Amino acid sequence: MGTDRHFRVWRGNEAGGELKDYQVEVNEGEVALDVLHRIQATEEPDLAVRWNCKAGKCGSCSCEINGKPRLACMTRMSTFEETETVTVTPIRTFPIVRDLVTDVSFNYAKALAMPAFKPPGELAPGEYRMQQVDIERSQEFRKCIECFLCQTICHVIRDHEENKEAFSGPRLFIRAAELDMHPLDARSDREEFAQAAQGLGLCNITKCCTEVCPEHIKITDNAIIAMKERVVDERFDPLVRLGRKIFRRDRRQPASTK
Amino acid sequence: MTTTSAKPSPAMPGGPRPRAAIAAKTLRTDRWWLPSLLSGGGFGLFVLYTGIRCFFIQESFWVEQYHYLTPVFSPCISEKCPDNASDLGQWLPASLPFFIPLPILTLGILTVFRLTCYYYRKMYYRAYFMSPPGCAVNEPAKKYSGETRFPLIFQNIHRYGWWLACGLLMINTWDAVRAFHGADGDVAGGFGIGLGTLIIWGNLVMLWGYSVSCHACRHITGGRLKHFSRHPVRYWLWTKVSKLNAKHMEFAWASLFSVIITDVYIMSVSAGWITDLRIFN
Repeated sequence: MGTDRHFRVWRGNEAGGELKDYQVEVNEGEVALDVLHRIQATEEPDLAVRWNCKAGKCGSCSCEINGKPRLACMTRMSTFEETETVTVTPIRTFPIVRDLVTDVSFNYAKALAMPAFKPPGELAPGEYRMQQVDIERSQEFRKCIECFLCQTICHVIRDHEENKEAFSGPRLFIRAAELDMHPLDARSDREEFAQAAQGLGLCNITKCCTEVCPEHIKITDNAIIAMKERVVDERFDPLVRLGRKIFRRDRRQPASTK
Repeated sequence: MTTTSAKPSPAMPGGPRPRAAIAAKTLRTDRWWLPSLLSGGGFGLFVLYTGIRCFFIQESFWVEQYHYLTPVFSPCISEKCPDNASDLGQWLPASLPFFIPLPILTLGILTVFRLTCYYYRKMYYRAYFMSPPGCAVNEPAKKYSGETRFPLIFQNIHRYGWWLACGLLMINTWDAVRAFHGADGDVAGGFGIGLGTLIIWGNLVMLWGYSVSCHACRHITGGRLKHFSRHPVRYWLWTKVSKLNAKHMEFAWASLFSVIITDVYIMSVSAGWITDLRIFN
């Protein structure tokens, strides 16, 4: 049986906006995206909401519900009290397009700037062979659905617009880790790129990205900290550098033989 | 109908385009401040206790009868230490300037190790520096440079802190072995066991758990490898450390409390406030 719930939804565009109130019916088993669609169907036909799969796999319906970045399609209405006001706003870190839709092209620009996978020179396409044990760390990061919730909650760019130029964000850090841990990636400068071009040093590992990831990727522990430790190997640890000189490993070995 | 509105910051030519104009610092309705309050308060209490103990109560750290040495003062390397408690020698003079605590070596190593720990960094950045105060809660600072500049760039020395802490742990392990000491040296070759022994060993397990579950340890054992299949032993070690690493926060807190409990117990026995509950000899 349905209940009447109080919703507040941000309506607006680049010129400004406001939170608008709605009393809307909520039925058993529904998620927040269902309720937004009901508002769209009954009261606000021009309410802009980006969505696609409604199964938590496309990453389109990212928004902030009661202040927390979440997927609207995976936010069960049963998690709220019947008397609780539910506030839905667009993700804050990116420029607004309209209502709940933001322009997330920042993330694509950062992805483009990242050096792609470099296959090993000694192997021809079709000769690539990998053991599961070598690839499973990278596979965790491939679960990313690019909802950009980690990007929007990251205070480095959420609270400091000026850092956007120097900082790529958690989504791109897991990409960096995925490639650096890839058994066949032939690039040996990924740590340097992560530190110098992606702004890994700006991350202060407060783990908000891990907390919001709908795919439960251990972004901080398995990617960011792992990359930070690899950067320490390359940049900050004199003993590692000395060890490489002593054992004549002053140049890093090709990735496929490390 | 309208409840909140704000004008967006104007778009600069060629600069950032405006975000949604939401004035509230956060719209979170849960008690997001509670974890930071508890962890910040808990850690503050530990720092306060350790500070008072190391600077103002530089006694009652050794129980001669049962060879209990508190981990806060181990290794005991001052001329002030009883001979039986200073297996590593007495390098420091009995009287030190007021700003140098008796366990300077222990305190220094633990400070470097714990302050650069990835878990504690998360905790104190949130609780003390409010950077950020909570997830999706605006941080008050106008500028932010993360760990790219002095002094925070020195967070990168964490692995050195880990190596030093491992050395300290070896000494703690020796102390724990020595704590199997009975009051009567003629019974069972001087072997004995009491509640203090069990507390010391419980603390030792927590300290080892915290150190082995460290992210730097995880990296050193196998995290830095590209090919696990070529290093099966290191891979095996890495899988075990990774399992412990998932509990690093729990070990961090458990070891803080276990150090305090051990120190309070040994101080109490040493000062004669309580008698050690003996199980054997």
